[in-house]
Amino acid sequence: MRRSLVLPAALTAAALLVAGCSSPASTASSTSPSASASCSKASLATLSPNTLTVGTDSPAYTPYFVNNQPSNGKGFESAVTYAVAKQLGYTPSEVAWKVKHFDSIVAGNVSDVDFAINQVSITPARAKVVDFSTGYYKVNQAVIALKGGSGASATSLTALKQLKLGAETGTTSLQWINSVVQPTQTAQIYNSTNDAISALKAKQIDAIVVDLPTAFYITAAQLPNSIIVGQAKTGGETGDQFGIVLKKNSPLTSCVDQALAAMTSSGELQQITDKWLSSTAGAPYLTN
Amino acid sequence: MSDPSGPAAPLDVSGAPLSPVVPYVDPERIAKVQRKARNNITISVVSTVVFVAVLIGFIASLPGWPAVQKQFFNPTDFKASFPSVVEALWLNIRIFAVAEVLILILSLAIALVRLSRVPWMLPIRAAATGYVDFFRGTPTLLVVYLLTFGVPQLQLPHVPNSAVFWATVSLVLSYSAYVSEVFRAGITSVHPAQQAAARTLGLSNTQTMRYVVLPQAVRRVIPPLLNDFASLQKDTALVSVVGPVEAMRAAENYANVNFNYTSFIVAALLFIALSLPVARFTDRLMAKQRKKTSAGGAL
Repeated sequence: MRRSLVLPAALTAAALLVAGCSSPASTASSTSPSASASCSKASLATLSPNTLTVGTDSPAYTPYFVNNQPSNGKGFESAVTYAVAKQLGYTPSEVAWKVKHFDSIVAGNVSDVDFAINQVSITPARAKVVDFSTGYYKVNQAVIALKGGSGASATSLTALKQLKLGAETGTTSLQWINSVVQPTQTAQIYNSTNDAISALKAKQIDAIVVDLPTAFYITAAQLPNSIIVGQAKTGGETGDQFGIVLKKNSPLTSCVDQALAAMTSSGELQQITDKWLSSTAGAPYLTN
Repeated sequence: MSDPSGPAAPLDVSGAPLSPVVPYVDPERIAKVQRKARNNITISVVSTVVFVAVLIGFIASLPGWPAVQKQFFNPTDFKASFPSVVEALWLNIRIFAVAEVLILILSLAIALVRLSRVPWMLPIRAAATGYVDFFRGTPTLLVVYLLTFGVPQLQLPHVPNSAVFWATVSLVLSYSAYVSEVFRAGITSVHPAQQAAARTLGLSNTQTMRYVVLPQAVRRVIPPLLNDFASLQKDTALVSVVGPVEAMRAAENYANVNFNYTSFIVAALLFIALSLPVARFTDRLMAKQRKKTSAGGAL
């Protein structure tokens, strides 16, 4: 009689111990390898239970989203979001989208979403006010000019220095202009990339700087009489990379990192990149 | 045409002037009035000091103040952002200096057109009314976008397409609509007896307007005009949405890179510094006008 009680008691105690170990309420770092259990849907500290709230700007630009509808799953960042959500255990219908403007995302105002994905480059200054996931795309800056226009032949940094350049406010494109190109005329700053494109059309600036995928979309669809003058190799392991933005010290950061790591090692991230950003190989590189 | 030296001296029965009557003022009353004035000044100064001290003390004691002070009132960031914001402010100053002159000219012309009663000017009068209705009803920001991004794409010959040019044009068109109404109000406020008197002297309509009505009208509406001028100084920030880097955009740029909003405080202080001379000048002008028009009696 006693033997049959000891075994179940021991098993129960062991089960309780294991359950206690995998509880997410630990104050130690939650990046232990067996913590994939703590990244399960049931234990994730999302804003609403069983819902993943994701923020992105409106309008949401192609090729990162399609038709300004993040929920249709089309577009590079939409696909990455749904893949990350699947790794975390959320079905597509459990993902809710919220409009968050780019400015407020990089300023750290992301407490009303679980995370934000909006072509946000990881920079040390931004990392002081938000948490970034590991990078999911290496970003090269690209220069766009009108065909036959004043900027079309500026294939070197020296030539770019003489031009009137434009970029969106608060972007690494603008920072690249001001710190790497250092043009002699003040770079013009616009509230959105669309405004910069209007200014290029009106010939008020010679060229605009955006990230390479956006540049391909602009030259293909928005401004067909424009060309990519060249790209700069700003992306790389230590260079410009897009990261998912979470609020500072968010409990979800390590889980999102794990999801991205799983997607990278399984090749899923590369597949998504190839599917939506396949045309981004062909632009020439700017010389010095 | 009253005698500036006061009523004529009274005469006695023989026709010789009586000696003037000098009112007697009690020296004790003079001392009392002076003492009261001194007390009032002391009380106002003490009250101001106490009020400011209490306000500063209250704010500094709030638990969130150190964090707010670091983000909005940080001396290091103040010094660091000052050069770029001041340099960009120069664009604001250039824009409103040019715009203000053009606004005054255009709005006066529109006001005179709207007040004319000459029959052959009817279509121009109707156009002027339409112009005022349209630009007072349209947000200035919209006008800036439409003109700056729209007109250069029409590729009109011999027309500049710079963003600063078209933003200034938008400001001029928008503000002239408002300021023309101010002028119109000033002109119609001049009593019609002035015009009647001018006509009896043989002045034509144009001469009446130029020598009699307009000087009085403009003098009356200087305070509202300076009010609009102060508003224009701030609205030059609208040029930033079409590309040029002016003071507010420079402040925003600094804030985006450094995550500190002290640069906006720098810009705000600079704008206040710009509009203070205008405000004090207006006050002085109004005080001078009041003294001139009233009898100036010491009450």
